[in-house]
Amino acid sequence: MAQVTLTNVKKIYPGGVEAVKGVSFDIPDGGFCVLVGPSGCGKSTLLRMVAGLETISAGEVSIGSRVVNQIGPAERDIAMVFQNYALYPHMSVYENMSYGLRNLGTPKDEIDRRVKEAARILAIEPLLDRRPKQLSGGQRQRVAMGRAIVRKPQVFLFDEPLSNLDAKLRVQMRVEIKKLQRALGVTAIYVTHDQVEAMTLSDKLVVMNAGQVEQIGLPADVYKKPASKFVATFIGSPPMNILPGTIDGPGIVALGDAILEARDLREDLAEQTPVEVGLRPEDVEIASEGEAGSLPFDVEFIEELGATQLFHGQLAGLPFVMQAATDAVAAVAGRIWITVDPDRVHVFDVATGARLGR
Amino acid sequence: MQKNAYFTGLTVPLLLLLPQLVITVLFFYWPASQAVWQSFLLQDAFGISTDFVWFENYVTLFSNPGYYKALVNTAVFSSFVCVLSLSIALLFAVMADRQLRGGEIYKTLLIWPYAVAPAIAGVLWLFMFDPSLGMLARGLQSLGIAWNPRLNGNDAMALVILAATWKQISYNFLFFLAGLQSIPKSVIEAAVIDGAGPWRRFWTIVFPLLSPTTFFLLVVNIVYVFFDTFGIIDTVTGGGPSGATETLVYKVYSDGKGGSDLGGSAAQSVILLIMVIAMTAVQFRFIERKVSY
Repeated sequence: MAQVTLTNVKKIYPGGVEAVKGVSFDIPDGGFCVLVGPSGCGKSTLLRMVAGLETISAGEVSIGSRVVNQIGPAERDIAMVFQNYALYPHMSVYENMSYGLRNLGTPKDEIDRRVKEAARILAIEPLLDRRPKQLSGGQRQRVAMGRAIVRKPQVFLFDEPLSNLDAKLRVQMRVEIKKLQRALGVTAIYVTHDQVEAMTLSDKLVVMNAGQVEQIGLPADVYKKPASKFVATFIGSPPMNILPGTIDGPGIVALGDAILEARDLREDLAEQTPVEVGLRPEDVEIASEGEAGSLPFDVEFIEELGATQLFHGQLAGLPFVMQAATDAVAAVAGRIWITVDPDRVHVFDVATGARLGR
Repeated sequence: MQKNAYFTGLTVPLLLLLPQLVITVLFFYWPASQAVWQSFLLQDAFGISTDFVWFENYVTLFSNPGYYKALVNTAVFSSFVCVLSLSIALLFAVMADRQLRGGEIYKTLLIWPYAVAPAIAGVLWLFMFDPSLGMLARGLQSLGIAWNPRLNGNDAMALVILAATWKQISYNFLFFLAGLQSIPKSVIEAAVIDGAGPWRRFWTIVFPLLSPTTFFLLVVNIVYVFFDTFGIIDTVTGGGPSGATETLVYKVYSDGKGGSDLGGSAAQSVILLIMVIAMTAVQFRFIERKVSY
């Protein structure tokens, strides 16, 4: 168990390409940190630098109280779960799980005890004699987890471990990973491009884009107060609506003809400053015509999700999606009126995409 | 019966198979059956009369000490060539796999020997190690080694082994390199994190995962040393000195062409054929089961 600290970590490839541009954050002992971002944002590179599989071009990575920049992967006391599981195809499940311990020269009975213990936790005891080829995707995933936990490392590293599973299994394994990490109390770093995984697993969410950290925080905080337009549209599904608008006074933005109150908006902005206004589909409520602050929304078509429906249409002449409970709206299409909670209006700078909050 | 819906009749599949079948029949089954027939015949020295003698050619063969010598020669020659060409090629492949910058050039250079005809490869090595003209032979002599493949049977054997190995390395190298590159990088990385050093990683992960390639190459190499090295032996030593480098395939030629003993030579061909078929069958039966994942 250990705290992991990254200080201004950079990855510069020989060609001069900067894949990671100075990232700093720390993960408390036993914390679950998720690095999320689109592909190519440098999240996997960052994880591999913590693992020791990539050299650190600049900055410092420490695990526990040790700076590990110059320490090999084997001595960092970490275990990693790979996207394709990276099981040894020529070894049985038992041999796969015990390989690391055998390399360390652990006594046979100790290895046996730990492998069986891990197999029991993961419910893979009947599979110990099988080869990876004879296992299903979910079982392979468990073996990969088992290989990580028998080593009793200080840090778990997960590199998109659920991407190769089908949707149902993914949800199930997601819960199990979280439970397991809680039970073992091991610090974890988890890389994913899936924002649902990121939100549900993390107690520290790091959103990355183009080699830089966009926002770090509790998942709920990142969701409620996205620090940039990128984070706002990346976290949350369906994504946040972004509409062009202008400042129309302190705490007021205009969307075409419509006027919206935004309580979090900075007050030092000049009127008529162009901004981008973000509204989450689920933060919109249905109102009646003529209600104070209501906006006209022309519904064009509806997507049925079961518990909720997605209404696609035009808000003040701009493309807009809203999400509402299935029985909330009777209308199939046509004009409806909606209101927005002033606390949930996000305003971003047009040029930088930064949040214009208080 | 019908396995898929693509071919509904027999005509198209047969037509597609025909070229391969024609070639196999014309260049393998026909000559092979002729050899089997001829191995039961005995011709007089002038080719005037031919008798059907049943297994007499085989009996003569197995009572001839020269045949056993050729058998031993073949065993020595083939084991050395197989082991050397496989292990050197593996070493090169591991090194090429590690350093990929300039790897293409390295690969191209290494594949060249494969494009050299066996006879030319033989002549090349003959020149280099010629006791009076060869530069490398001079080098050996200046080191105090009495090198003379024309007189010393062991020297001659070493020379043909060297030439045959050199020619086969490039082929093995290509397959080993492809095999190495098909091992997922993450498996190696997992082993690194699992604390296996380079040496242990090679023997516990890489080498076992390469074994299907190794097995395939072993079969191909055995066929190569048994048959395709004829050109090298013929140009380098001609089977000499005094039969020291006469392998089974070379003896088939020298007894048949030089000794005009067509029946005996045919009998040797048949035995050689059976040996290689048996070896390959054993390899597939017992080894392949252990090497596929």
